[in-house]
Amino acid sequence: MKYTVDEYGFYGRFGGAYIPEMLYPNVEELRLNYLKIMSEPDFQEELQALLKDYVGRPTPLYFAKRLSEKYNTNIYLKREDLNHTGAHKINNTVGQVLMAKRLGKKRIIAETGAGQHGVATATVCALMGLECIVYMGEVDIERQEPNVARMKMLGATVVPATSGSKTLKDATNEAIRDWINNPEDTYYIIGSVVGPHPYPDMVARFQSVISEEVKAQLKEKTGSENPDYVVACVGGGSNAAGAFYHYLDTPEVKLIAVEAAGLGVDSGESAATSVLGREGIIHGSRTLLMQTEDGQVTEPYSISAGLDYPGVGPLHAHLHQSGRAIFESITDDEALQAVLELTRLEGIIPALESAHALAALGKIGAKPDETIVVNLSGRGDKDLTTYLDRFELHGK
Amino acid sequence: MENRIKTLFKRKPQGLLSVYFTAGYPNIEDTVPIILELEKNGVDLIEIGMPFSDPLADGPTIQQSSTIALRNGMTIPKLFEQLKAIRKYTQIPLVLMGYLNPVMQYGVERFCQEASEIGIDGIILPDLPLSDYVREYKSLFEQHNLSKIFLISPQTTEQRIREIDSHTNGFIYMVSSASVTGGTNGNAVANTDYFQRVAGMQLQNPGIIGFGIHNRETFTQACNHASGAIIGSAFIKALVREGSLQHNIKSFIQSIKQEA
Repeated sequence: MKYTVDEYGFYGRFGGAYIPEMLYPNVEELRLNYLKIMSEPDFQEELQALLKDYVGRPTPLYFAKRLSEKYNTNIYLKREDLNHTGAHKINNTVGQVLMAKRLGKKRIIAETGAGQHGVATATVCALMGLECIVYMGEVDIERQEPNVARMKMLGATVVPATSGSKTLKDATNEAIRDWINNPEDTYYIIGSVVGPHPYPDMVARFQSVISEEVKAQLKEKTGSENPDYVVACVGGGSNAAGAFYHYLDTPEVKLIAVEAAGLGVDSGESAATSVLGREGIIHGSRTLLMQTEDGQVTEPYSISAGLDYPGVGPLHAHLHQSGRAIFESITDDEALQAVLELTRLEGIIPALESAHALAALGKIGAKPDETIVVNLSGRGDKDLTTYLDRFELHGK
Repeated sequence: MENRIKTLFKRKPQGLLSVYFTAGYPNIEDTVPIILELEKNGVDLIEIGMPFSDPLADGPTIQQSSTIALRNGMTIPKLFEQLKAIRKYTQIPLVLMGYLNPVMQYGVERFCQEASEIGIDGIILPDLPLSDYVREYKSLFEQHNLSKIFLISPQTTEQRIREIDSHTNGFIYMVSSASVTGGTNGNAVANTDYFQRVAGMQLQNPGIIGFGIHNRETFTQACNHASGAIIGSAFIKALVREGSLQHNIKSFIQSIKQEA
């Protein structure tokens, strides 16, 4: 079984580029150039220097002692939350902004859910002196207000998406429409392993630095580069793609993808695509999609803006269908419980998205001698209002 | 029987007016009345929009009409039921336009077969890639005598336009400028270099210009550069003006066709 993308842009039967003709020239330009540009020595030199000195890589692989005691196993946290801007998203935006510059583009657009990708995009645009427009669902603008403020501070224009459920899916629609309207000078930095080929593959490659580092770090700490489990949350699935990437062809490493169950997978208020979705087309990709019988896209729900998406990247659809990854789903309440647990056991406040991965620890059934790597994809600063409300900590 | 789109272009190679509307908007049962009224007022070709929840290539007007049409209960089975007897009443060329996912869920083969039985002449699915069409569906569409209409834009290369031209029959949908549907800012038909470049290519298929065509002026300009033009968003806006559907359609089409 092959888990990386094939020459036509497919992962098994998922992937491809289902886009209106107006986007074809831009996507084709990227498809023909991305691998060549990424392999150029001066590109790699610039990218590696930025990842090291600007982003702060490598991020630590931290043995979480008290959390390990609680679950009676060995848990390592890959500290993507310690990246500049507070999440793994910047690994990709640094890479793509360099790609945009190589392609001669002057104007950058992006979609964002939790705002982490928006902030990471606004950050690299400030760094490179490029115009930046970020589309964000109206609902997400409200629930992730600190990130909206950061984007504005960085000089980006934040445009509310007001259609549909006013969340990540709708922000992505608006970004795609912007790209149709501005085909000459604009580069679209997609934040996840979604969209038309070559985006899922390119974003996975930029995020693969996560598992590349984990391998070396785990080898140093335990003598083996392979854990028994790698656990990551999946909305579109970029942090999971990065955490899984160098383990895809190592079947003894079990890959656990954790989706947002929202209020419960059967509640009608959920974003657990692997359970609720079936094959369809969203944002230019053939993948698993939550939809009605008539093929209309269903409005998803999760407390976590970054996981509130009705599809999943085509790589993950393939990992699910082939059985290479095990999919779990975690409710809002379970995720919140995991936030409090990590905060009080380890002194780390995780993002709501990452908390879904942490909450799966209790469902894996790892043995005392086994090793788990959890990708702690982001920090919880952006979620503090939600946490204070939910944990009733106001005024205490 | 020859495809009605082909017959139309033979009979009237210039100045064609094509109108797009969203099925199920403003009311669920308006589909057939709108078609008949458009024909009565001298429209040459009709594009029936199949509403989709996430219309990527469409601006706010068609997004909104689609949302309302879906809320009204429009689906592919419902639309086919409404159109079942349409050929008893009119021989105007009919094209179905929508996004791939609902058609894929319905089943492309079943969709083509039933569309053909109704007497549909062409299909536009902007997000079905040419490569997928050629590989998987072309023979199916041809077998059912359905024209598969493709879009081109000012950024489409000559080589790509020729490839599209070789795989399609009916007409080529020339997107006027870099834009989603419904743009009225600036002049949609200002890009004369592009129109002349395409005209100079001597393609086997005629071209019709769409996106941003919204009044008599832009319609006439578009007709100077191609076989005709398509009006969508402006018509959808006109449908919900004060007055009856019949009145609104008549006065809108007259405003496009008659000398000012």
